[in-house]
Amino acid sequence: MAAVPERPGAESIQVNGWWYAHRFLILRRVSQLTILGLFLIGPWFGLWLVKGNLASSLTLDTLPLSDPLVLLQVFASGHAPETTALIGGLIVLVFYLVVGGRVYCSWVCPINFVTDAAEWLRRRLGIKGGAHLSDKTRYWLLGAILVVAAISGSVAWELVNPVSMVFRGLVFGMGLAWGIVAAVFLLDLFVGRRAWCGHLCPVGAFYGLLGEGAVVRVSAVHRERCDDCMDCFAVCPEHQVIRPALKGADKGIGPVITSGHCTNCGRCIDVCGRNVFAFTTRFNNQPRREIAGSDPKSEVSS
Amino acid sequence: MSDKRKEKLDIDPARRRFLTDTLRTAVGVGLVALTLGVYQRQARALPATAIRPPGAGSEQDFQAACIRCGLCVRDCPYDTLKLAEVGDEVALGTPYFEARSVPCEMCDDIPCVKACPTGALDPALTKIAEARMGLAVVVDHESCIAFQGLRCEVCFNVCPVRGNAITLNYQHNERSGKHALFIPVVHSAACTGCGKCEKACILDEAAIKVFPIALAKGMLGKHYRLGWEQKARAGEALVTPDTPHDYNLPKGMHYEHAGRGLVIDEGEGAPASGAAPFSSNPLDTLNRKGGL
Repeated sequence: MAAVPERPGAESIQVNGWWYAHRFLILRRVSQLTILGLFLIGPWFGLWLVKGNLASSLTLDTLPLSDPLVLLQVFASGHAPETTALIGGLIVLVFYLVVGGRVYCSWVCPINFVTDAAEWLRRRLGIKGGAHLSDKTRYWLLGAILVVAAISGSVAWELVNPVSMVFRGLVFGMGLAWGIVAAVFLLDLFVGRRAWCGHLCPVGAFYGLLGEGAVVRVSAVHRERCDDCMDCFAVCPEHQVIRPALKGADKGIGPVITSGHCTNCGRCIDVCGRNVFAFTTRFNNQPRREIAGSDPKSEVSS
Repeated sequence: MSDKRKEKLDIDPARRRFLTDTLRTAVGVGLVALTLGVYQRQARALPATAIRPPGAGSEQDFQAACIRCGLCVRDCPYDTLKLAEVGDEVALGTPYFEARSVPCEMCDDIPCVKACPTGALDPALTKIAEARMGLAVVVDHESCIAFQGLRCEVCFNVCPVRGNAITLNYQHNERSGKHALFIPVVHSAACTGCGKCEKACILDEAAIKVFPIALAKGMLGKHYRLGWEQKARAGEALVTPDTPHDYNLPKGMHYEHAGRGLVIDEGEGAPASGAAPFSSNPLDTLNRKGGL
């Protein structure tokens, strides 16, 4: 395996130009800032397009949106939410079932700025290794927060959840929440690569489960062009999801990244100098024609 | 023994590693869960100055239902409500207000309750006068100037359920001997806990304060029965029949408790109509044997 490049995407910038080689990164930042901005123009300028925060919001005084994980915690703590919250939760649930649950992580979540920054600095400073954390820890934590909610009868996780804390802080007032931002940044910088988003965050674990059957997916459509430069692995926040799709041609595995943990951030599409990746649907997952039929199980496995 | 031990050690390294890792994660997450559990118990201790919006149930129920979205805060027209920030003593992200800073204005349409998507603020609350956000308590009789015999009554006058939640009890002013004290008394049957009295109290530190109900209200033991209430309900004494009290009165009169009071009998043996039962000469009383 080639060494992980220090400046992934250099080839893509040469081939495609800087803007094209950052197009999804820029779109994601625009998306994250727009969502935050929609919540902020109310308190800042008195223009109330969207009220509330990511836990539950009301757009143009008509459209309710609620976080399904928060509602799940409310159910676990023994309270049945009113219809407004349930409708809002259902809309969000269906949206993420289609576009991929962890789109929340890469296109919406404010913590993504922090962990992406930590990862960028980690790469630049050449910090390697760190604590051994299983990436399954997040599922344990997801289970734990629901168990604590059920036993205590309280939405306990929301007392400490950095994701909701930071977004609510930005919209309603941070208090000392900057300390939490700093803690997550330092965790990802020194304790382990992608320690928070990729290993611990139970919110991401929940949305990852939602994304298992998502329609919108990244696919290594031109995987035969891959020259093993490792740029996509270097930038991918969940790099274990790439290998089966990118290198699975011989095993009859289709080119679509089917793992629910792919965040659909599109950064692999950006940095690939050979334009291997593209957004597609999960239904375009036949192994390429040259090898089609070599393994009939491939249809099933997709 | 040593063979057995060796056999145990011969466990497949991959399997061993998997088991160790799983155990490690489980223990780590278990500790996190335990810490979270302990912390959420502490977070239930609502500070005495923090009042929940109208329609909130007990602190336990509220923290099971509130998702900290802040929609109630946004729809509060007077910016009374705020969300607890990191570092505040109130459970993070939950809405509250502090009466001494900004009290609740008791909007007729209760927009905060309407805004709540989960029912943490109970939508069954449609009349704001029925809200029980907290309870006002006259906490300091020593500094409240009404107890000094001074006219104030500001809390009484600003009360939105004026005359019901706070009444003025007139008491004798022992100091001057000739004035009345206008003592504010709070009635929990009508007080909504809006906090306007605390806000308006003219002292540097309010002598009337609104506290969460759990702090402000006592409760009689459930086994307690008040005899007179039971008697009124049953129509008669339930334990022993009442013996009529014998008022030791001069001849020709009797006393009706909770009725007409002192009654001068008419008819035979009664004093002449219009005549007082006592001698008109005060010396008769003074010279009576056995003193007064």
